[in-house]
Amino acid sequence: MHVDVFDQYHFTQSRVHDLDPRIKVLITVLFILSNALLPDGSWPAFALAWLFLLIANDQAGLGLGFTFKRSAVAIPFALVAISAIFSPHGSPLAVWDLGFITLSPTDLGLIRFFSIMVRSWLSVQVAILLVATTQFPDLLHALEHLRLPRTLTTIIAFLFRYLFVLTNEVFRILRARESRSAGLPGVKGGGSLPWRIKTTGSMVGQLFLRSYERSDRIYQAMISRGYTGHIRTLNPHHMDRRDWSILFISIFLLVIIQFVGWVR
Amino acid sequence: MPIKHLSLFDLQIPECDGDILQIKDLHFSYPDGHQALKGIDLSVCEGEKVALVGPNGAGKSTLMLHLNGILGENSPVSIAGLDVKKEHLPTIRALVGLVFQNPDDQLFSPTVFDDVAFGPLHMGLPEEEVYQRVEQALADVHMTNFGDRLSHHLSMGQKKRIAIATVLAMQPHILVLDEPSAGLDPRSRRSLINFLKELPITMLVSTHDLRMVEDLFPRMVIMDDGKIVADGYSKDLLQDEELLEAHGLESP
Amino acid sequence: MNYSPVALHIPDGFLTILVSLIFWLITIIMVGFAVSKTNRSLGEKQVPIMGVMAAFIFAAQMLNFPIAGGTSGHFLGGALAAIVLGPWAGILVMTAVVGIQALLFQDGGLLVMGANIFNMGILTAMIGYGLYRLVIHQKRGIRLVVAGGGAWIATMAAALITSLQLWLSGTTRLEIVLPTMLGVHALIGLGEALITVAALAYIEQTRPDILDVNNPAREGGRGWIVSGILISLLAVLVSPLASGNPDGLEKVASDLGFLGSGLDAPYQLLPDYTIPFLGDTAISTILAGAVGAVVLIGLIVLLGRNLRRQKVDDN
Repeated sequence: MHVDVFDQYHFTQSRVHDLDPRIKVLITVLFILSNALLPDGSWPAFALAWLFLLIANDQAGLGLGFTFKRSAVAIPFALVAISAIFSPHGSPLAVWDLGFITLSPTDLGLIRFFSIMVRSWLSVQVAILLVATTQFPDLLHALEHLRLPRTLTTIIAFLFRYLFVLTNEVFRILRARESRSAGLPGVKGGGSLPWRIKTTGSMVGQLFLRSYERSDRIYQAMISRGYTGHIRTLNPHHMDRRDWSILFISIFLLVIIQFVGWVR
Repeated sequence: MPIKHLSLFDLQIPECDGDILQIKDLHFSYPDGHQALKGIDLSVCEGEKVALVGPNGAGKSTLMLHLNGILGENSPVSIAGLDVKKEHLPTIRALVGLVFQNPDDQLFSPTVFDDVAFGPLHMGLPEEEVYQRVEQALADVHMTNFGDRLSHHLSMGQKKRIAIATVLAMQPHILVLDEPSAGLDPRSRRSLINFLKELPITMLVSTHDLRMVEDLFPRMVIMDDGKIVADGYSKDLLQDEELLEAHGLESP
Repeated sequence: MNYSPVALHIPDGFLTILVSLIFWLITIIMVGFAVSKTNRSLGEKQVPIMGVMAAFIFAAQMLNFPIAGGTSGHFLGGALAAIVLGPWAGILVMTAVVGIQALLFQDGGLLVMGANIFNMGILTAMIGYGLYRLVIHQKRGIRLVVAGGGAWIATMAAALITSLQLWLSGTTRLEIVLPTMLGVHALIGLGEALITVAALAYIEQTRPDILDVNNPAREGGRGWIVSGILISLLAVLVSPLASGNPDGLEKVASDLGFLGSGLDAPYQLLPDYTIPFLGDTAISTILAGAVGAVVLIGLIVLLGRNLRRQKVDDN
């Protein structure tokens, strides 16, 4: 399996792709914040937010349904919020007696639940758009500009760089385990649970050691090229007029959305 | 079979003061007691292309790590007249372009550009010069448009070339390569050999690839068990089957 | 591609801004500290070590082991990272992992990342390391048992805190989410504990020099022990308290003058949820978990004290 699955970047020529990464990160965060500020049940505002998202999708040259198609990610966690439906506020819509517990979904509970779902869904989509239109090294530059400590951004950079190398090693280890886990016909293979845990543990340990030793070699490569403990980087991004105007337009649109959401 | 040891004075190589690299009687033991280098004498002149061969465990990599002070911070090694001492290390590390065997260890930055820029940047060069050096180094390895690429997208051959570019950007006086042709398919290997042929820089290359030695390196140094056992013209040494066999090598 | 193991990555929209902010504050402070502390302990090598270790944790989370009937356990790694690399480096490593998971894979939200980092990175590191540090000078067997126990408690604590955050945000009802989370993570935590122990044993056997414990520079024990144990105790004791004393919490909530119901108030400090009388099953699950953890911690503390006394006697 080629580990390209970790590459979320989709290349197209588009206005969004060309934007300064700092702007994109900022707008992403502001969008999520704006949705969080909207009160529960402000459906017109949520609809406008969705429109904002669609416009962004379109401007990114990736097709209107791009982020929608990829946004199934948040669904499992939705189950957690389901209990919000049974909030004690508001008027109950039904009463379900399940023996050990009595549940009654309420109107406010439903509003709350769906508001959470909408906010979550919008946030996931905008995050998908961010990484689809911004190459990872540029994301790192954005984080650095936004004053994240350099140690942390470099760690993230290394994580990204060696993700592929290490996950390939994991696949190799897993394949080796598989090929050694043959089962005799009629006999259930797999070994006992304690054995399985011990093997997993030693695989983790092996991977750890290989990684640690690799970090030693990388360190040697770094000092061979003059590293003395202080990381230096070039951040080749400059904000131009278009970046600023997109930022202000976005903020303006978000303010309008807030207005719509709060005025009743 | 006893290991033959030759001293420098038996060499037939034209007179050279070791103006790039000079090692006098280098000894080194690892913390666990293993004695890896048992008295190394070596000198390399400007423009020479020297192959370092020998069986695994001979101490080749250990020797290479001494050339820029990663091992043995105060040692009888001198680069272009500078002794390997703590205060000279920054300069020495720019003078010695050490390229490790596994390019994944050498390419640790997000993009190719970042990796090639790492050296000049950490030498303290101004931004504009860093850009120039990166451009030049990429051109030297014939990979000019690769700046924006992510390292893990490259093939092995490409990675090896970029790894060389990362040290070329520091404009070293000597290129020290550890097994450059290992892991390459025949086409990439041929491509690498041609590339190294054209590169007008002093080279010390450790390798098992004796056919590459024959092709590229006029001078050959054989190491075994922590000592240099032969140092001379490749074309002569490669004919000496007995010698080669004695040190775990096969005639090409 | 959703490869995420533990169900602890909270997405955006599930926590209120206030709760997110509180945990962002804690996280920023802790991460800030970590950055300066790792500089001292790991020195020049800190960046390559932590960087590759972060990739390791990420990759290790992909190693699963089948438990039974199609389900499999996964590995979080916070406790192991802290034990091996030291608490501060462990925090930074897990911060990077959680960050990338959120950024690249939308596993966990961006606004709520402070909370996620705290739950999965900081809390697990503190508990895992705090408890381990207590028995650092003991025999190998004891250390491994404590490491495992710490990993389990850390996982449970993360689940507990996550549940509380969700409840405080009005996203869930505590009496539904808490038993579920704790129940599920009791099992996942077991896997975490066992893998942590097995991996630690392997590492100790092959490269004991790597372990943080052997480096004299990385002291600062007492603080970690105290906070690690305190947090563990808190984690375990709060859950029965939360369910066992509904009147108390109601009173606190009304005293704080929380605002009225949902639509008019974006900022609810404590939602007006009356906690109904819990069924016996719910209470017993929580109590069982609590008792187990308290006993475990009690044993560890007693053992530690006992052994130290023995050592003193021997001298």
